[in-house]
Amino acid sequence: MDIKAGLLNNDKRAAARLISMMENGEPEAVQIIKECYNMTGHARIIGITGPPGVGKSTVTDKLAKQLRKEGKQVGIVAVDPTSPFTGGAILGDRVRMADLNNDPGVFIRSMGTRGALGGLSKAVHGAVKVLDILGMDYIFIETVGVGQSEIDIVKLADTVIMVMVPGLGDDIQAIKAGIMEIGDIFAVNKSDRDDAERTAAEIEAMLDFNRDEEYRPPVLNIIARDSKGIEKLLELVEKHWEYENRSGSYKKKKLNRVRAEIMDIFRDEVMKTLYSISENTNIINELAQKVMDKQMDPYSAADRLIDEFTNNQRNN
Amino acid sequence: MDRPIRVVVAKPGLDGHDRGAKVVARALRDAGMEVIYTGLRQTPEQIAETAIQEDADCVAMSILSGAHNHLFPKVVNLLREKGADDILVVGGGVIPEDDIPGLIEAGIAGIFTPGTPTSVTIDFIKNNIKRK
Amino acid sequence: MFNKEKLEQLKKAHEEWENTVTKAVAKRPERKKEFETSSGIAVKRAYTPADIENLDYDRDLSNPGEYPYTRGVQPTMYRGKFWTMRQYAGFATAEESNKRYKYLLEQGQTGLSVAFDLPTQIGYDSDHALSEGEVGKVGVAIDSLKDMEILFDGIPLDKVSTSMTTNAPASVLLAMYIAVAEKQGVSSDQLSGTIQNDILKEYIARGTYIFPVEPSMRLITNIFEYCSKHVPKWNTISISGYHIREAGSTAAQEVAFTLADGIAYVDAAVKAGLDVDEFGPRLSFFFNSHNEILEEVAKFRAARRLWAKIMKERFKAEDPKSMMLRFHTQTAGCTLTAQQPDNNVVRVAMQTLAAVLGGTQSLHTNSRDEALALPTEDSVRIALRTQQIVAYESGVTETADPLAGSYYIESLTDQIEQKAVEYLNKIDEIGGAAKAIEKGYIQKEIQDSAYKYQKEIEAGERIVVGVNKFQIKESAPKGLLKVDPKVGELQQKKLAELRKIRDNTKVNAALEKLGNAAKGEDNLMPFILDAVKAYATLGEICGVLRKVFGEYQQSIVL
Ligand code: B12
Ligand SMILES: Nc1nc2c(ncn2[C@@H]2O[C@H](COP(=O)(O)OP(=O)(O)OP(=O)(O)O)[C@@H](O)[C@H]2O)c(=O)[nH]1
Ligand SMILES: [Mg+2]
Repeated sequence: MDIKAGLLNNDKRAAARLISMMENGEPEAVQIIKECYNMTGHARIIGITGPPGVGKSTVTDKLAKQLRKEGKQVGIVAVDPTSPFTGGAILGDRVRMADLNNDPGVFIRSMGTRGALGGLSKAVHGAVKVLDILGMDYIFIETVGVGQSEIDIVKLADTVIMVMVPGLGDDIQAIKAGIMEIGDIFAVNKSDRDDAERTAAEIEAMLDFNRDEEYRPPVLNIIARDSKGIEKLLELVEKHWEYENRSGSYKKKKLNRVRAEIMDIFRDEVMKTLYSISENTNIINELAQKVMDKQMDPYSAADRLIDEFTNNQRNN
Repeated sequence: MDRPIRVVVAKPGLDGHDRGAKVVARALRDAGMEVIYTGLRQTPEQIAETAIQEDADCVAMSILSGAHNHLFPKVVNLLREKGADDILVVGGGVIPEDDIPGLIEAGIAGIFTPGTPTSVTIDFIKNNIKRK
Repeated sequence: MFNKEKLEQLKKAHEEWENTVTKAVAKRPERKKEFETSSGIAVKRAYTPADIENLDYDRDLSNPGEYPYTRGVQPTMYRGKFWTMRQYAGFATAEESNKRYKYLLEQGQTGLSVAFDLPTQIGYDSDHALSEGEVGKVGVAIDSLKDMEILFDGIPLDKVSTSMTTNAPASVLLAMYIAVAEKQGVSSDQLSGTIQNDILKEYIARGTYIFPVEPSMRLITNIFEYCSKHVPKWNTISISGYHIREAGSTAAQEVAFTLADGIAYVDAAVKAGLDVDEFGPRLSFFFNSHNEILEEVAKFRAARRLWAKIMKERFKAEDPKSMMLRFHTQTAGCTLTAQQPDNNVVRVAMQTLAAVLGGTQSLHTNSRDEALALPTEDSVRIALRTQQIVAYESGVTETADPLAGSYYIESLTDQIEQKAVEYLNKIDEIGGAAKAIEKGYIQKEIQDSAYKYQKEIEAGERIVVGVNKFQIKESAPKGLLKVDPKVGELQQKKLAELRKIRDNTKVNAALEKLGNAAKGEDNLMPFILDAVKAYATLGEICGVLRKVFGEYQQSIVL
């Protein structure tokens, strides 16, 4: 399969394959993205995050449906945790988006966190680029709002919707400490339940506490299950986008994002080499033996590894 | 291969028997695979499209309600039409032995009936996926 | 119940006995290090009065037919009459299934139990795109009153009691049944039977849901209300643990989740303004019967006791009938194997015994070809005979609750009840069964048990004869039932014709009225009845309701 040609031809299969290749860190994939990089930048990227089970997938599904009504193409990247013990994962977000499955204007991709060496954000970045090149107008990234790497991923978005539910209680306190800052819009989903208004008020109060900038994240009660509040939510997304552009905040964010991405890739490459060297027990055994035999001191041994490392990097 | 195998576990048709599909999904996960579980009542179109977007190595379908002869081959054909015939298709559930040759003929690579240990399914998928 | 001093002596002696045996066991080990039931209850080497020292006969057991009904809901139990023998059946067309029902009645079956095909259970007509390949496959296809008339042709509805496994569209099929009876000249107050009508377990374990929780609960309470006035002998719901167990739960989970659903229905009906003693007596239950006979017997007893307490203490019911847990039982399909299928006859016999010792009111026995296909006539006959043999030849029917007082049984009954209560508390904490389902909590608990069970079999820790031990080489089974693939076409033709000849203005008017009523708060039963009588199809009726109510989205937590 000629992936690049396929991608340029809007072939979903080619796009899907390319996402896998990015996820698996295959160099050819990077090459293709390099060649097509100029085509990125069209899509609006929306992060959807929040605690487990609050309705992130449902919200994503409904937002996507609304955008489809407006004729927009929608990409979705949904991240679920990989089991640290087996490396396997059950990726279940799609279940909530089943009727989007055969909509030709929608592309949904599930992804496991996989965990090893923080490759996740690179994989998500990769998937978003592919979907962007594929011509999507909006790309949603759904991820559970726990853990640093998940938060990093969501930072990739132009607008982050933090989904909450009534009665989170103590959870809100915990969230406050960590991820309150990253929400551009707060959606209190499942507002069919008691205490919806109170939860919204609590969040408002917390925002008072946290922010004193020009943009004040709105808090909105929605019932995603019944598509209630979805249009309004999209309006808020647009408003946020306008603000970002008007205030110049977008440019700043974007620059930071690109910087972060470069650093990510850099760190990743370094880690990979580091990993391959530390896995190379031959060299290490050899050096250890030398240190044992007093032919070498541990400092020089480590220096040797650093030489090894730089050589390795050059050869890459 | 160090990347995880990706499998779409799907329930085509109106059949609500999902105990087996869920057991199989979990077993595949515990064998280190990434499992995309579709939930109930999927049409062949939805399954084929999911498999493609997820770049699955394998589509594993479960039917216990007797609609297998109708639904399994449909998925295979749709994958073929979409140029995705390198995706391994397997099926399981209550499937009379008489029906198995026809299903294999139609392109289902393996059929797993009641009593099959999940390890057999896992090995089959590992050994038969077409992309390495 | 025991003399304190005597008990102390006894405990001491037993302790000594345990010590000696433990020493012997050190040399010659028992088969397993630990023994436990399906519910994870540790099983001791032997049970003594000490294990039931707190048992209070009046409070915990009482006489058969007396609160808390642990020993059964009737004073005479099977000395009066046997349980209803009721084989779940239906396939292909109404004509075909009608023949099977008549055969079963001739063979001495005492009630009917209708299995519908999946399109009928999910509210699609046979000509709907999603019905393709499914029509008549696993039950009878019913599209309109026409089919229902054929299904019960020549079967006097004032004489047989009919159980219908229908849930989401229960009101539609019940309306059709009432309409057929009317045509036979049987008024609705003479009808007896059951509709399953238990939507919560569809979300949990069975999968034939249509509408979201709230409108579904409304349909259910509408039926409660309508039947209490017009079909008073009808069991308006069969709150089912059967499917929960088949999906993989343990015995204790089966009790817990079923009763949690039961509580949710009572809550909903009370909230809708019904009096608990008005509908309480019409609630019925449906349980599974597995191979572990003693745990099963304890399970049935625990369920009865717990429900009685719930109705009396939680819901303040006053009518004893509201407190009586009456139940149908089916033997455990998931224990039946595709390998050496004749062995299944033995399993079903054990399960039958468990159900009868547990005091069931009616019973379906599965056939030996369970894991292969729908049963053949021969297989169904053996299954029915199994019940008849237990009824007429075993002698266990001659006295009520024969295992009462067994140290082990009473102790197990207590422990299962206790485990169930723990679950019920947890579910109350979550906010009730509906919320626990939405969260996927109940499903997850069941799936965990199912997965554990599967792994135990694969590890050889749990033996299933013929599957992971005592296997033989077998050739493909012969003579399985095959449903004619033409059934779909046949039904479609019938439908096309019906749509041509019926009075479509009348149909549309009835459907429109139903749609409007659905938007309001009226009881929908009369509107559905009118639509059914105008020969609106099941799919049309459910379609109107789908538009107003929306559809349920599955919760999956794997
Ligand atoms: C459990 C069960 C149920 C439960 C389902 C609970 C649930 N959530 O899954 C309940 C009680 C709800 C149920 C209901 C019905 N059932 Co049922 N049920 C069974 C039963 C007894 C066991 C199935 C089971 O779960 N076994 C345990 C699991 C672990 O095994 P398994 O699914 O077979 O999976 C194994 C293999 O088959 C294989 N496998 C399965 N799927 C897959 C998928 C892949 C990809 C792979 C690789 C392998 C694989 O690997 C698994 C591990 O070994 C079977 C009979 C039997 N003994 O097989 C009837 C059976 C399937 N049911 C049947 C029927 C008719 C029904 C109903 C339609 C009846 C009706 N008219 O209402 C209803 C409706 C269900 C619906 N909504 O579709 C019939 C189907 C007849 C047919 N095909 O011709 C059967 C065969 C019984 C019979 N002989 O009549 N049922
Ligand atoms: N009552 C109510 N339930 C909702 C609403 N929106 C979603 N749900 C339900 O909440 C449950 C979880 O929804 P999901 O969309 O899967 O939640 P999620 O946040 O994506 O879950 P994870 O990806 O597992 O973290 C499902 O049962 C939904 O049907 C709502 O507005 N009201
Ligand atoms: Mg999700």
